[in-house]
Amino acid sequence: MANPTDSLDPLFVPVRRENGEQERISRPALSAFQDSWRRLRQNKAAVISLILLGIMIVLAIVGPWLTKYSYAQTNYSAVYQSPSADHWFGTDKFGRDQWARIWQGTRISLLIAVLAAALDLVVGVAYGAISALKGGKVDNVMQRIIEILIGVPSLIIIILLMMIMKANIFTIMVAMSITGWVGMARLVRAQILKLKQQEFVLAARTLGTSNTQIIFKHLIPNTIGMIVINTMFTIPSAIFTEAFLSFIGLGLQSPQASLGVLIHDGFQTLSSHFYLLLFPALVIVVIMVAFNILGDGLRDALDPRMRK
Amino acid sequence: MAEQGKKKPLVQVEGLKRHFQVGGGKTLKAVDDVSFEIYPGETFGLVGESGCGKSTLGRTLIRLYDATDGKVLFDGEDVHGTKSKTELKALTRRIQMIFQDPYASLNQRMNVEDIIAEGMDAHGLAKNRAERTKRVVELLETVGLNAEHAKRFPHEFSGGQRQRIGIARALAVDPDFIIADEPISALDVSIQAQVVNLLQKLQRERGLTYLFIAHDLSMVKHISDRIGVMYLGGMVELATSDDLFEEPLHPYTQALLTAIPIPDPRLERERKRQLLQGDLPSPIDPPSGCRFRTRCPFATEHCKNKAPEWREVRPNHWVACHLYGSESDRAAMKA
Repeated sequence: MANPTDSLDPLFVPVRRENGEQERISRPALSAFQDSWRRLRQNKAAVISLILLGIMIVLAIVGPWLTKYSYAQTNYSAVYQSPSADHWFGTDKFGRDQWARIWQGTRISLLIAVLAAALDLVVGVAYGAISALKGGKVDNVMQRIIEILIGVPSLIIIILLMMIMKANIFTIMVAMSITGWVGMARLVRAQILKLKQQEFVLAARTLGTSNTQIIFKHLIPNTIGMIVINTMFTIPSAIFTEAFLSFIGLGLQSPQASLGVLIHDGFQTLSSHFYLLLFPALVIVVIMVAFNILGDGLRDALDPRMRK
Repeated sequence: MAEQGKKKPLVQVEGLKRHFQVGGGKTLKAVDDVSFEIYPGETFGLVGESGCGKSTLGRTLIRLYDATDGKVLFDGEDVHGTKSKTELKALTRRIQMIFQDPYASLNQRMNVEDIIAEGMDAHGLAKNRAERTKRVVELLETVGLNAEHAKRFPHEFSGGQRQRIGIARALAVDPDFIIADEPISALDVSIQAQVVNLLQKLQRERGLTYLFIAHDLSMVKHISDRIGVMYLGGMVELATSDDLFEEPLHPYTQALLTAIPIPDPRLERERKRQLLQGDLPSPIDPPSGCRFRTRCPFATEHCKNKAPEWREVRPNHWVACHLYGSESDRAAMKA
């Protein structure tokens, strides 16, 4: 029999299939981190948030040193000054420099953010992971403890603590430590319980992988995205809690400065000196919105299945 | 097949039970008193409806679940006996598993090289980095993939490719016995053939023994030497593939076989399906006596009172049904 291609138009040449050609993947090979970073960069809002947060952090660190005034230094001959070359954001009712006070307050907010993140990452993750991995009675007891903590409104605990202890940043931290990690613990527990039954974990066990290896190679890497995202959403709510407490007068007291204290002071003179409220409010809004948008962006970037 | 009786079995399952406590003091008997043997180099097919305990049986064999009762002997050694960690590890290296869901069975966060080398790492089979990579590439080529795939992540592969990665992972520790837990049921038909052919090729080349769990009867017939039929946690019939398809004895097997479509429109039109009545009863509260009696067209009062024995009614053909039971049981069935 003649070769069927002989009779065909010479223009048509059969495509030669290279061996293994159909198994080829055209996408470039990227590591998990490269891939996530690439996708985060594509998200404009998240990149802007990241930059804004970077600026806020830098200003919180160096801001108070950029002006010759200290945040607590009063000057009764220069009260209620409008923003000027001398006092960039003006001065408050005691003539304290608002620029120095705002960045001092931002430091407090960011300190709260670090604490909230650390609590989530250390206590929350460990508690949830142990609860899920031990299972049985241990899990049962640990979950009941969490339910009790959730059952009592955290605001009441905080207010009671404030009445017993001194109203300072340490007290706020203690109050937040009591319940701040609970949400993370529950999420991590649920995630690990789910992962524990997944086939790839069973496969690891049949392959002879030790329990420690299973935790570090399979369970934690698969929870890390969720942990990061949840941390990003806990931080703004912690910052807000502190600001709220200070605003209603339960948090820091003058001359200490936090964004909540500044907003509280600014609010009282809103009609005459609006800028005393405007600047600290802007800073806290930027921080909170940026954390939320960045958290959203990270959620999309860290999940390999969310790729478009 | 006749000489199988003389050969030493690779896997011996004796009265294996796996019960789960489901709360409220109730027990789910997922696997209840199952006995069979698997011989070296053969493919043992295990079929049954969803939820009949096939997968649980497979997982209990490899000690992913601890047996409630009974024994699993692998090459003469008890898998469930008390053993040191290293002894158990050495034993389970020889038994590997291929999983059903190619999407859930690979860790999304690890690249293919690390996935395949996981067993090698656990057992210290590769001396150094270069040897590890070399072995992984060899395995990738064995399953029809190539070296370029080693640095990829599972989500970049299709279902069939992922299943082949899963096979390569199981092969990495050089096992003798592979439990394939519905390895093709999540794949397209065209890909199913690809994976089954690969499994058969590997069996020829490496002398592997398979326990092939499935619910697709025609595929099981194609691949298996012997087939066991499970119903509600118990084995109801076991025979060579040809015997089982030519002369099914148990009423449940008969019903199952009439459910296979015939690839001929004329014959298919005349095919009489023997439909089973009712639904699969709950394994938490199984029927008394014979488990199948609630749906069996031949059930009598005797089936309610006494559970049928597991008997070898013909050479190499085992069945648990009073219709093929002892003289007295058969007499009781007629009464």
